[in-house]
Amino acid sequence: MLKMSHLSKVYRTHMVETHALRDFSIVVREGEFVAVTGPSGSGKTTFLNIAGLLEDFSGGEYTLDGVDVHGMSDDQRSRLRNEKIGFIFQSFNLIPDLNLFDNVDVPLRYRRFPAAERKRRIDEALTRVGLASRMKHYPAELSGGQQQRVAIARALAGSPKLLMADEPTGNLDSLMARGVMELLEEINRQGTTIIMVTHDPELAARAQRNVHIIDGQVTDFEEEPRLRGEGLGARDQGRNAEVVA
Amino acid sequence: MFNYYLQLGLISLRRNPVLTALMVLGIALGIAATMTSLTLLHVMGGDPIPWKSDKLHYVQLDNWDPNQPYDQEGNPPDQVSYRDAQALMEAGKADKQAAMFKVAYPIQPENPEVKPFLALGRATYGDFFAMFEPPFQYGGGWDHAQDAQHGRVVVLSKESNEKLFGGQDSVGKKVRMNEIDYTIVGVLDYWKPRIKYYDLTNGTLNDPEEFYVPYTTVIENKSNASGNNSCWRNSEPGWEGYLASECIWQQFWVQLDSPARVAEYKSFQENYVNEQKKLGRFPRPMNNRLYNVTEWLENQKVVPKDVEVQVGLSFAFLLVCLVNTIGLLLAKFMRKTGEIGLRRALGASKPQLFSQYIIESGVIGVSGGVFGLLLTLVGLWMVRLLYESYANVARLDWAMIATTIALAIVAAVLAGLYPTWRACQVAPAAQLKTQ
Repeated sequence: MLKMSHLSKVYRTHMVETHALRDFSIVVREGEFVAVTGPSGSGKTTFLNIAGLLEDFSGGEYTLDGVDVHGMSDDQRSRLRNEKIGFIFQSFNLIPDLNLFDNVDVPLRYRRFPAAERKRRIDEALTRVGLASRMKHYPAELSGGQQQRVAIARALAGSPKLLMADEPTGNLDSLMARGVMELLEEINRQGTTIIMVTHDPELAARAQRNVHIIDGQVTDFEEEPRLRGEGLGARDQGRNAEVVA
Repeated sequence: MFNYYLQLGLISLRRNPVLTALMVLGIALGIAATMTSLTLLHVMGGDPIPWKSDKLHYVQLDNWDPNQPYDQEGNPPDQVSYRDAQALMEAGKADKQAAMFKVAYPIQPENPEVKPFLALGRATYGDFFAMFEPPFQYGGGWDHAQDAQHGRVVVLSKESNEKLFGGQDSVGKKVRMNEIDYTIVGVLDYWKPRIKYYDLTNGTLNDPEEFYVPYTTVIENKSNASGNNSCWRNSEPGWEGYLASECIWQQFWVQLDSPARVAEYKSFQENYVNEQKKLGRFPRPMNNRLYNVTEWLENQKVVPKDVEVQVGLSFAFLLVCLVNTIGLLLAKFMRKTGEIGLRRALGASKPQLFSQYIIESGVIGVSGGVFGLLLTLVGLWMVRLLYESYANVARLDWAMIATTIALAIVAAVLAGLYPTWRACQVAPAAQLKTQ
C-alpha cells in the first residue's frame, strides 16, 4: 500500500537546516493497522504529512498504492489524495458553518461525484458512524466524540484505501476515545489500511503493529503483527508492516 | 461546482455580517460615486439617435467677419443665416433637409378653462419629422406641399395636446397661436431626447418643443426667432433687411444616406461658398463643416469638462474603496487558513480553491453592486435636486444598471485576486495541527 525508501525531509532556513526525516524507510501493506509512536518533534507528523501527500519530501522514494509520488504536480497530488487517502485529525477539523451532511460532502465534491452518488455515500458513511439521524446538525451541536465520528465519516465517504489518523483520540476523554478506537478497528477489519500517529501507548498497543520514530528515523519496529483481540484472528495475518533495509 | 462555490460564498458572508457589510459598503460607495458621474457622461456623451447618427449632418458655413474668426478654435459659426438656409433648402441637394429655428408663441386655447400661455416651438420643414423621427401619437408631420404653400398647420407635443385637448385625438382641430389659427396635423407621443442634439445652440439640456410649425409660414408672418442670434455687422433696417443680413440664427440639418452622398454634399457646400464669394460674401477663407450627430456633439463639447473630471475623481475613489476591500478580504481569507488547509487535505486543488474564493469575492461584488445601484439612484436624485438642468439626464437606463452590476463584480473580483492568491498559498500541513 505504502512504501518509503531512504526518504529524507529537510527544512531549510537561511540560518539552519533541520532534518525532520532521515533515511526513513517503511512498508505498510494493504489492510494493516499501524501505530506510529515517538516523542514530540521526532518526525511522526512529518511522516504522516508526506505519506498523506500534504508535503513534499527532499530525497528518497515514495510509492503509494503502486503510484510513484515523486515529481507529481500539485494538482495530481490533490487528486491522488482525494481518491486514495482519508484523514482524521486530532482536532476533528470540521467546518463549523456546514452541517454534518455538508461536512462529509466536502471531499466528494472535489471528486465530482454526481449528486445522487454523493448523497448515497454520505448517508452510508454517517450511518456507519451512527450519526445518520443528525446530518442536519452543526458540529457545535455535537460532543467531541461525535465530531470525531463525523470526521471519520468524512474520511470514509470517498472509500479511501488508506486512512491517516493523527492523534485521533487526543482531544477526547477515555470513554469517547474508546468508542472512536473501536470504530477505527472496525473500519480496519473491513479492509481499510490505517496509519495512526499516537502518543498513547495503550492505543498503540491496540494497533496491529507499532513503528517507533526518534529523530526522524525508525528506531523500533515489529516484524510480525501482534494478535489483537479476536478481530485480528479473522484477518489475513500475513499482511504486515515492515521496515525495509 | 459553480453552484457549490456560490453556496459556500453566501455561507461565508453570513458568518461575519459586520465584515461583510463593511466590504459591501466599500464597494457600493465606490460604485455609486463612479456610476453617478458615469451616468451623466454616458447620457450626455451618448449617441442620441444611434441608428442614423452617421446619416444626419449639421451644416456650417463660415460667413463671419474677415477680421476675426468666429471663435478662438477656428470653428465656423454654429448657425447659419436666413439667406444661406434658404439657398441650401432651395438647392435641395441632400436626401432630406430641414432649416429650423426656435420660436415662442402665445397660445390662445378655445377652451375657456385653459388660460392662454406662452409656448416654445420650432419653425422647421416637413422633413424634420422623417429626419429626427419623433414618435407620433396621432396624425403625422406635414408634407413638402405645406412647406411650399406656407401651410398653417401645426404638430403639437403630447404635453401640449394634453393641456389643450385633454390628450384626445386633436388632429383636424384648430389651435390659435399668435393670433393665427393653425390646423393640427399631428400630435407627438412622449419624446424627450436627453440631449436636444438638433439645437445645441439654444440649451443642450432643454426640453423639446411644445409645437412645430412650418418654417415658411413663420417667415411669412414675420415672426422673430426666440433663439440665439449673432451678427458681426449691422443689418439693414426692417424685416427684409434682417433676412438679408449675415446674422446667424438658424440651424441647418441634412440627411445624407451614404458616404458618397456626404462627399457630394461637401463638394456642393464648397461650390456654394465659392459662388457666394463671387457675390462679395464669405470674406474668410473656406471653412465649411459637415458634422454628423456624434461629431457635432463632440465639437460642441456637450459633455462639460467638469463631468469628465468628476468621472476621473470617482474612479480614484473607487480605487481607494477597492484597496480597502482588498485589506478586508485579505483579513477574512487569512482567518480561514485552517479551512483552506483542510480543503487542500481533502483533495481540493489550488485552482479549485482559487475558484471558490474568487466566487466569494464575486458574491460580495454582486451585493455591492445592488447596494451601489440604490446609492447611485440616490446620487442621481441629488444631482437632479442640485442642478435643475440635469433633471432630464441624471437618470439610469438599463445599460447603466447592467454596467453598475458588472463594474461591481469586476471591482470585487479584482479586489479578491490578491487575497485569493495568498489564500491558495497556504501550506495545508501547517494548518491542520493548529485549527
